[in-house]
This record gives sequence, C-alpha cells and structure tokens, in this order.
Amino acid sequence: MTAEVRTLAALEFKGRMITVTVLRVLEPTLSVLARDLDRRLAEAPELLRGLPTLLDLDAVSASLDSLDICGLVRLLLERGITPIGVRSPSAQMSALAKKGGLLAITSDGTDVIRRFAESKVQMTAAPVTPAKSPALLITHPVRSGQQVYAPEGDLIITSSVSAGAEILADGHVHVYGPLRGRVMAGLRGDTSARIFALHLDPELVAIAGNYRISEYIEDRERGDNMQVYLHGESLKIEKIKS
Amino acid sequence: MGKTTTSASFATGLAQAGHRTAVVDFDVGLRNLDLIMGVERRVVYDFVNVIHGDASLKQALIKDKRVDGLYILPASQTRDKDALSHEGVGRVLSELAAEFDYVICDSPAGIERGALMAAYFADEAIVVTNPEVSSVRDSDRILGILASKTQRAERGDSPMPGRLLLTRYAPARVIKGEMLSVDDVLEILAIDMLGVIPESLSVLNASNAGLPVILDDDSDAGQAYQDAVARFLGDERPHRFMSVPKKGLLERLLGG
Ligand SMILES: Nc1ncnc2c1ncn2[C@@H]1O[C@H](COP(=O)(O)OP(=O)(O)O)[C@@H](O)[C@H]1O
Ligand SMILES: [Mg+2]
Repeated sequence: MTAEVRTLAALEFKGRMITVTVLRVLEPTLSVLARDLDRRLAEAPELLRGLPTLLDLDAVSASLDSLDICGLVRLLLERGITPIGVRSPSAQMSALAKKGGLLAITSDGTDVIRRFAESKVQMTAAPVTPAKSPALLITHPVRSGQQVYAPEGDLIITSSVSAGAEILADGHVHVYGPLRGRVMAGLRGDTSARIFALHLDPELVAIAGNYRISEYIEDRERGDNMQVYLHGESLKIEKIKS
Repeated sequence: MGKTTTSASFATGLAQAGHRTAVVDFDVGLRNLDLIMGVERRVVYDFVNVIHGDASLKQALIKDKRVDGLYILPASQTRDKDALSHEGVGRVLSELAAEFDYVICDSPAGIERGALMAAYFADEAIVVTNPEVSSVRDSDRILGILASKTQRAERGDSPMPGRLLLTRYAPARVIKGEMLSVDDVLEILAIDMLGVIPESLSVLNASNAGLPVILDDDSDAGQAYQDAVARFLGDERPHRFMSVPKKGLLERLLGG
C-alpha cells in the first residue's frame, strides 16, 4: 500500500489507506444479531478483533426505529469489534449514528486516494515505507488449540499446522508442511498479502478480512503447492504455477 | 482410552528391567490405577493426603507384591479438583524423583487441572492415542500444551520429547476404513512412535484380575507393551501387531 506524506509545520497528513471492515446489519433485533455474531466469531475469532468497522444499515433502513443503536455498539465492543461509523448514511441514519457516538461516513476513503493519484499532486516528502518487522519463523508444529501471530510482518512455518490451530500474520503466510487449521494473512487489511502452503487442507482461509470457511472450500482447492490471494473482493485458491 | 492401562504396564515393565519406579494416579475422584494394579484393598493414604501433609510419601506409597522396586501412589477419591495444587504436586514429584529412577504420571482425560499437573513437571511424554479422529485431535492438543505450558517450555529448555503410543489398534477395522491407520495418525501428529498396542480381550481380563497386562506373556497386548518398554529404554525392536493376523488353516476352513 502506498503512503503519501505532506509535511506541515507541526503535523503531517498521512494519506495511508487502511482497510475497514463493513458490517452489513440485516436485522434490527439485538438478540438475533448477537446470536449470529457469536456464531460468526466462533468460526473466525480473530477475524474482526480490533479492526475498525463501518456499519452498513441499508438493509434495515425501513426498520431503523426499532434498532437500538447504543445497544448494538455495546454488543460489538463487548466482542472486540470497534465500530467507528455508519456508512453512506441517510439523514435518519446520521441521527442514529450521532446517538450511538458514531461518525457518519460518506466516503470510504478510496475515492480520496483516487483523487490524490489523479491530480498528481507534487509531494514534498519521499513516500514512507511502512515499518515492517522481520518475518516470524516457526520451526515446530502448531498444534490444535495453539495460535501464532506475526504482527506487522510475514509468518513462515517450516512444520505442520494442525486442525484446530490458528495462524495469523499482518503480511504473508508461508507454510512448508500441511496446513489444516485456520489461516489469516493481511490481518490488518493488507489486501496484497498471500497464503502459500506445501499442502493446503484448511478449516478457514482469510485475507484482509475476506474469508472462506471449510464448507465453501472445494476439493480442487485443497492439495499440494497451493496459494491463496485476493482478487478484488474474492478469494482465489489455486495451485502455484511453476 | 488406555492411559491407565499403559501407565500400569509401563511402570511394571520399567521395574522388571531393574529400575526403581513409582506410578502416580492424577485422576482425582476416579481412582482407577490401584484397581488395574490390583492394590485397591491396600490403599490407606493417597496423593492428596501427601500434598496436604496428612501423610508422608513413605506411608502413602504402596509396594507392589509381584515386581521389585515398583510402587503405586493412588489418587484420592475426593472430588476436589483444586486439591492438586501446583506447589504441592511439584514438591511431591521432586521428592519422588529423588527416590526413584522413573516416575510415571497417569494423566486423566482432557485438559483440565489434573492433566495439566500430570504434564507440567514431566521430562518426557508418552502420548496415548486411539486410532480415531477425535482421539488424535485431543492428542494434538495435548502435544501443543506440552510444547507451551509445561515447566520445560516456561524455562525455555529444549522441547519435551513426546512419543506416540497408539493403542486399541484393530488392523481389520483399519482395512475396512473404520479406523485410522498407523500412517494416518503419524502423518497428522508428526511425532515419533513408541509402539502400537492391539485391541485385545486380554487387557480386559488382566484388569479384571488386577494384573498389568504386560505381565501376561501370552497376550498380544502384553507383548506389545514389553516391546514398547524395551524401545523406551533404547532397544530397537520391529513394530508388530500392525497387520491382520494370518488365519490358520482350520480357522479358514471354519470361516472364523
Ligand atoms: N489394548 C486394549 N484392548 C482392549 N481394551 C483396552 C485396551 N486398552 C484399554 N482398554 C480398555 O479401555 C478401557 C479404558 O482403559 P483405561 O486404560 O482405563 O483408559 P484411560 O485411563 O485412558 O481412561 C478399559 O476398559 C480397558 O480395559
Ligand atoms: Mg485413566
């Protein structure tokens, strides 16, 4: 991801793109939302934790009166999800956002980046490469119930990842062994992150918050020498071509 | 399934090989080991009594009458899980370690306190697994705990050596696809194998008689345990009981 910096006297604007998760609310009843959310989180507990999340209320626009926005915010916070605003809100949604202490966000930021790029603004400072940790190297098996996370960098595992284990990285994930657990690359939104495995038979794969659970991973997407990457918003799982 | 059966036979085998051995039952509330060792009528004090200081180790240890140098420390019948305090278990185990060549800790099932305590102070692990997906998954979890939540791991020492003992193995059912094969299990767990113990009626007979099955020289399971103990002590022995036994002519004629 490119980062553009314009230096001012006492502060600087960073046009860095961060990915936010959009949470589409399809139902106004809190108890139903809570149950569904808990089920989702059980599938992928680390997926949403701490990630900034925008609420999309379009699907419940007809029943906004019965939506307890403060209750919803509390429910999300309790589960480690950080709601920051309501996406493309109508007037009524903006009011609701205000009531819930949320921002009304009219753009998701991508059009701003595009405008920057198109206007070819001369930048005074050189592009800043985001700080990156060296890769985290794990040489032992990651067993069921264990979790390994490589913050700000890549994760390399030269052993097996069992079913019931969870491996996460802000960068790419490489597994030189069978990968049977849950795997998430680009945890903080790097959509260019990829997953590579000598043998892929996972319970869940995710890149930058786009995920697929085992049920939706087909047989031909399992096997030796596989990679997972993001193409637009869809996850591609395919053999590494040599 | 098979942890207590294995603990009893292993401890017996080590003592038979001339090593002073104590076997400790960590299954507070269930107390099975003394039955399988045939000493249930000689229990006076137990592990929890020793931890609480109500009895000395010497008073609580039961001396086996069949094999020299073999002692049993029974579990308590009380259901108080917290009785196995970290500090208390550590103290009793180091007292045992000073006295014995080997201390076998018979872990309860699961990953609760008893199991964690049985594993925490260990130098080496024998992971008892059945050839079923759920059992293998549990073993994988235990291996993870051994690698991260034991004294060895916390001190940053080299990882605890853990070896697989695959028990209740029935080759005929493997062929029918009803059980995982040795190779399947090894592929999933990726650890060294100490032995395969066949599913055998002799185990039930032995435990009903209060006799560790390793003492039954005629039984396949007994022989498999003898092999496993020998391998543990450094002998090289080929693995047996991994394929369907060939039927005798008479059995074939009778369609047995
Ligand atoms: N190799 C075997 N063949 C047949 N039955 C076995 C075998 N090993 C254990 N069993 C039986 O399984 C049951 C549980 O064994 P046990 O050793 O008490 O398991 P655990 O201590 O793991 O709960 C007992 O009834 C025992 O007789
Ligand atoms: Mg037991």
